[in-house]
Amino acid sequence: MNKRSSWTIPYLIFLILFVVLPLILVMVYAFQDAQGSFTLSNVTKFFSDADAMSTFALSIEVALENTLICLLLGYPAAWILANKKLNKSSVTIILFILPMWINALMRTLATAELFNMLGVQLGKGTLLYGMVYDYLPFMIYPIYNILMKMDKSYAEAAEDLGANPVQVFAKVTLPLSMPGVWSGVLMVFMPTVSTFAISEFLTNNKIKLFGTIIQENINSSMWNYGAALAFIMLIIIGITTLFSSDDDKQVEGGTV
Amino acid sequence: MADKIIDLVHISKSFSGKKVLDDINLYVNKGEFITLLGPSGCGKTTLLRIIAGFCKPDDGCVIMDGSDISDLPPHKRPLNTVFQRYALFPHLDVYENIAFGLKLAKVPADEIEKKVKKVLKMVSMTDYEDRDVNSLSGGQQQRVAIARALVNEPKVLLLDEPLAALDLKMRKDMQIELKEMHKKLGITFIYVTHDQEEALTLSDTICVLNGGKIQQIGTPTDIYNEPCNSFVADFIGESNIVNGTMVEDRKVSFIGHEFECVDEGFGCDVPVDVVIRPEDIYIMNRTDAAQFTGVVKSCTFKGVHYEIFIDTDNGFEMMIQDYNAFEVGSTVGLIIKPQDIQVMKKERLANVFSGTITSETTVEMLGGEFEIPATTLENGTEVEVEVPFGAIDLQDHSDDGNVGGEVSFLLYKGDHYHLTVVADNDENVYVDTNDVWDKGDLVGIKIDPKDIVIRKKDE
Repeated sequence: MNKRSSWTIPYLIFLILFVVLPLILVMVYAFQDAQGSFTLSNVTKFFSDADAMSTFALSIEVALENTLICLLLGYPAAWILANKKLNKSSVTIILFILPMWINALMRTLATAELFNMLGVQLGKGTLLYGMVYDYLPFMIYPIYNILMKMDKSYAEAAEDLGANPVQVFAKVTLPLSMPGVWSGVLMVFMPTVSTFAISEFLTNNKIKLFGTIIQENINSSMWNYGAALAFIMLIIIGITTLFSSDDDKQVEGGTV
Repeated sequence: MADKIIDLVHISKSFSGKKVLDDINLYVNKGEFITLLGPSGCGKTTLLRIIAGFCKPDDGCVIMDGSDISDLPPHKRPLNTVFQRYALFPHLDVYENIAFGLKLAKVPADEIEKKVKKVLKMVSMTDYEDRDVNSLSGGQQQRVAIARALVNEPKVLLLDEPLAALDLKMRKDMQIELKEMHKKLGITFIYVTHDQEEALTLSDTICVLNGGKIQQIGTPTDIYNEPCNSFVADFIGESNIVNGTMVEDRKVSFIGHEFECVDEGFGCDVPVDVVIRPEDIYIMNRTDAAQFTGVVKSCTFKGVHYEIFIDTDNGFEMMIQDYNAFEVGSTVGLIIKPQDIQVMKKERLANVFSGTITSETTVEMLGGEFEIPATTLENGTEVEVEVPFGAIDLQDHSDDGNVGGEVSFLLYKGDHYHLTVVADNDENVYVDTNDVWDKGDLVGIKIDPKDIVIRKKDE
């Protein structure tokens, strides 16, 4: 046993160096002023800074909108893909996942160029378009996965008990696929709150998101404020994961 | 007397070219407990799914209460199913699971509550309403699944191997409870199982299926005492099946002796299959009054009885069940009473394949080419090829034969095995052999040309 547990040491070192230490540094910086003494001013500054607060609110709003659009587009797509009657080849699944093989930054740049070429005004519309384009596969995949693994007999049992196809979906398939929906929502929501590249390229920095101001602060060497913002964002994301992992457990415990 | 509630007419179904059900005709009477019994892959579950509506037959129709319901989707059929792995909704508690169908039928809430309570009481699960279905044991889940189906008061209850996942003791208890429920409710039960003992215990009527065809329909006693072919005899209970000859009415010869029996009308000197249940052979230490003798090969205690294998004086192996033990190696006397001898007409006496002459000395059949004794028939002539069971030579490797095949059914006939081999072209080849093969073995099929008889078709 001891011998085996020693195998984990390299990973442990990696985790400490690249995950734990940076997190501690972010925390330390967040609660220091420029001179290095303890302060809460960075945090209070954020809550009294109307600009930062409204950017934050906008980020959450955009992230929610993006998540909602991805869900509305992604669920039916996943359902169709998982339905053997409608989708007989695995090629279509690969086509949906293929964009994930290309760097998101490149895709975003290409999208921006495309809009420029077509003469489309860059703004919130293009921002959302880019976000949905980038994150849709992350919504489809977990939902597709859970629908594929779902025991067909649940739907059959519901049908047998008198449910028409719409009722089967609403009362059985949808509730049983919620764990997949939750992980899809998380995988789309979390990164969109902190994204800055998409807003930079697809709105020409007209729209600033929370990620953008963190990046700006750090770029202009305001390490402490930037760290405080990053810390706040971490907490927000942390809270959402707590919510959904709670839910995950409940529903997942039921699907075994 | 009773009305038909379900009538299956000429049902056929294939999955990717393989025939799973072949022209099934079966009716079920109102209030009957009928069991579809057969080995795995015999088509019994498919038949149940066709009745439930999850599966559409390629041919034929399902009639319920006089009207054709073949095109009705499952949610509109007035029957409910208990699924093999229960399929209880994991996101709902026990109460919600049972109320599922009633809620869809828009039954008022207070009535739902009454009905759910009543049905829970019936399956002895009172006070389990709020439990999460995953916290229940297998037997409890089973009860909830039955309750969920019964609460809708279906005209017919379909049960797909509902007890297969339970342990032996629990299964026995549930069998009794199911039987009682059936009696009390008067609902028609259609039950699918591969467990012959379960079928014998529960059913009013048993329908034995194999290879997509109905083998026999009858009451449990009929099926047990008078199996109509060797498959049924072998599948239901333990049995000794041997080749015999009907000498004349009431006289049959097998294992090298002549016996009195009660069967008539077979004709004289007709080859038959003879079935004797192991509990129907009388065994004793004295040999003077015996019909034949044997040497005890093994004697194993089985709880209620001993299972004894003997070699008869003419070299046949037989299984006997008796309350007394007999010493291995000792000579025993054996008696079989006339009414315990079940004589069955042989389904076939030799293999008959259809083929085409390809040259003076070859014929194409079973998806391959075989050598034959020289023939004067022209190339391309359609012929019937007759091959005795014993003339077929099975090879260890499918490449060593003219065609390949897979052993699908084995029947021990006392001194040899009678095998059913499915050739690569899906035709059945019947083989008598002394070699030991297992179900699923891949074999090569060779035939000695001198044993082949060729007949022109339509003659």
